[in-house]
Amino acid sequence: MAVETLDSTTRPKVAPWNDPVVRGWVFQIVIVGLVGLLAWFLVTNTLENLARQKIASGYDYLSREAGFEIGDSMIPYSPASTYARAILVGMLNTLKVAVLGIVLSTILGTLIGIGRLSPNWLLSKICEWYVEAFRNVPLLLWLFLFYKLISEAFPGPRQAISLLGSLFLSNRGLYFPVPLADPIHHWMAVGLLVGVVAAFVVKRWAKRRQEATGLPFPTIRAAIALVIGVPLVVWLLGGAPHHMSWPELKGFNFQGGTVIQPEFTALLVGLVIYTSAFIAEIVRSGILALNKGQSEAAMALGLSRAQSMRLVLLPQAMRVIVPPMTSQYLNITKNSSLAIAIGYPDLVAAVNVTINQTGQAIENILIIMAAFLTVSLGISAFMNWYNKRIALRER
Amino acid sequence: MNKLSTALVAALAVFSMSEMAWAGKDLDAIKTRGQLVCGVMEGTAGFARLDNRGKWVGFNVDLCRAISAVIFGDSEKVKYVPLTTQQRFTAVQSGEVDLLTRNVTWTLTRDTVLGLDFGAVFYYDGQGLMVNKKLGVKSAKELEGATVCVAPGTTTELNLADYFRANKMTFKPVVIEKVDEVRAAFFSGRCDVYTNDSTSLYATRAANPPPPLTPDDFVILPEIISKEPLAPAFRQGDNQFGDIVRWTQYAMIETEEYGITSENVDEMLKSDNPSIKRILGVSPGMGKSLGVDEKWVYNIVKQVGNYGESFERNIGMGSPLKIARGLNALWKNGGAQYAPPIR
Repeated sequence: MAVETLDSTTRPKVAPWNDPVVRGWVFQIVIVGLVGLLAWFLVTNTLENLARQKIASGYDYLSREAGFEIGDSMIPYSPASTYARAILVGMLNTLKVAVLGIVLSTILGTLIGIGRLSPNWLLSKICEWYVEAFRNVPLLLWLFLFYKLISEAFPGPRQAISLLGSLFLSNRGLYFPVPLADPIHHWMAVGLLVGVVAAFVVKRWAKRRQEATGLPFPTIRAAIALVIGVPLVVWLLGGAPHHMSWPELKGFNFQGGTVIQPEFTALLVGLVIYTSAFIAEIVRSGILALNKGQSEAAMALGLSRAQSMRLVLLPQAMRVIVPPMTSQYLNITKNSSLAIAIGYPDLVAAVNVTINQTGQAIENILIIMAAFLTVSLGISAFMNWYNKRIALRER
Repeated sequence: MNKLSTALVAALAVFSMSEMAWAGKDLDAIKTRGQLVCGVMEGTAGFARLDNRGKWVGFNVDLCRAISAVIFGDSEKVKYVPLTTQQRFTAVQSGEVDLLTRNVTWTLTRDTVLGLDFGAVFYYDGQGLMVNKKLGVKSAKELEGATVCVAPGTTTELNLADYFRANKMTFKPVVIEKVDEVRAAFFSGRCDVYTNDSTSLYATRAANPPPPLTPDDFVILPEIISKEPLAPAFRQGDNQFGDIVRWTQYAMIETEEYGITSENVDEMLKSDNPSIKRILGVSPGMGKSLGVDEKWVYNIVKQVGNYGESFERNIGMGSPLKIARGLNALWKNGGAQYAPPIR
């Protein structure tokens, strides 16, 4: 037993209570045990207290009829639906605003961040003011401001501003026509997916060809053509059904078409403008972290400013940008819960109503926590994967 | 997020509630603390609001003061905690407040699975709908497709959905947590309709339209779409405290019935009427049975007034709200306010 002999020769024999290895294990077991005990105590004590106060516990209520209406839903919902469905509606609304918020604030933030580095004095000053103005005022105030602007500045539905004869802008939101449901739409979605995959394939092929032969290929234009073209061809093959649902003023409001509600707009605009100010600074710091030699080398190769930014600087800056960007994405998701202040029916709003109707605060708060944790861990996992992919590979 | 954090704090409070605190019972805890903690509304004219000297006044506040007068002999030993509709039940469940004297509707679910008990009905209310006069709406039946501003987490929200379903109409709710923001959204025209208990609608119409709008620009539709018996709510488990709350309310009604007011209560002490003598503790016994001072009713009437006085002063004809007694008149006058005898 070579190991044992090695042990007995390298480590002096000591009593077990003086052995740092044994002691380490003992302490860890004791701590884990204490934490476990505390958790057990909290859970049983809570359940006991709830039972003693005759407050119902458990998740049975999820299948009961919710009875309240939700103003904005991506899936069919009525007051006859269950609490579980009401919470799902809220969850989808949260995801909708978070995903759109992440995409838009990344685009806007990157543009502003690059703009701040522009040699054009006016452009860089405007970008600087933007950042300072928007990140230094609490988000909640921006939300209130945008919501007030929308609901006070636009007229009521009967005096709605009509754009192009079929778009209607009022304090009820922006109404616009949508195609009537048709089975072809499913196939168009499939077509879109095919287009996206094809675009990636073309991009890889073009890159490989350029590396081998030096011949450039208009990848971006080809990708756009594929993503838009494939669903369009599917639509034409399906006989080009073009029946639309038009918004029409009936009674109090517009019927038909679809609507972007002011609460959603205010929340999205607030989140995007606020977060893009932070993202701009992250992008700027990422670019400034690069050695000046990089941009000089790019210029020496004869690349234009836009090319050197896109091909040389940004890919390297990504390594600095991605980790703090993850925090900003998580912030957007979590800040979306401020929706309740301006009446957008997000997850927190739906769960809060459920708490009030059922009185089961603990169960419902666990649902909110689990939902946000899942979304946040999902974003983190994706960003960590992406970070690893773009990390500097030392050869 | 602050509602979420309140709820979390409340949840933690439930977590940490130890055996000791529970065994102490609510009434003992109140006496030890030397103060009654009442959950009230955030500021509704007539019911509960801060006056210009920073003192809480209103119809709901008077009930708290009366209970304090019974327990401590002093109507001012009260701490008021303004609560939103979403915070209120967690606040009382977790012990943050002793009772809610805000406009809470007494329902079966709340009386059972929420772990609450209710006192007597201090106001018979019903849910109404308010619209801008310009819309030309005469009846709630004409509201198909309307956008409705509503505060969340209340029976109001459920009644609204029920009413529209029952009449095969659709609506879009705009649900904002702070009542001020809901009102602001309605007055800015974001919604066609604002719905709430009709008392609250009257209060809103009288006090809140932003200039140049005036109260006359709004009409309250004739339909009452629900029964809303408003009653104080407290935790289950302390029957003596429950008795004190209920009998404080009954004493306020009973004294109105016998014509005992804050002005004549000292003369009434000399009354020969055996009922009045019993009520005011001149012939002792009632206070002892309830476990409080024999002068409990005297203290209520002297310091706060009877039910009718409190009603008129805060929300009745002597106030800007000008709500008629209606269902809330004494039973003798055709109303529903009826107290069991103090004997």
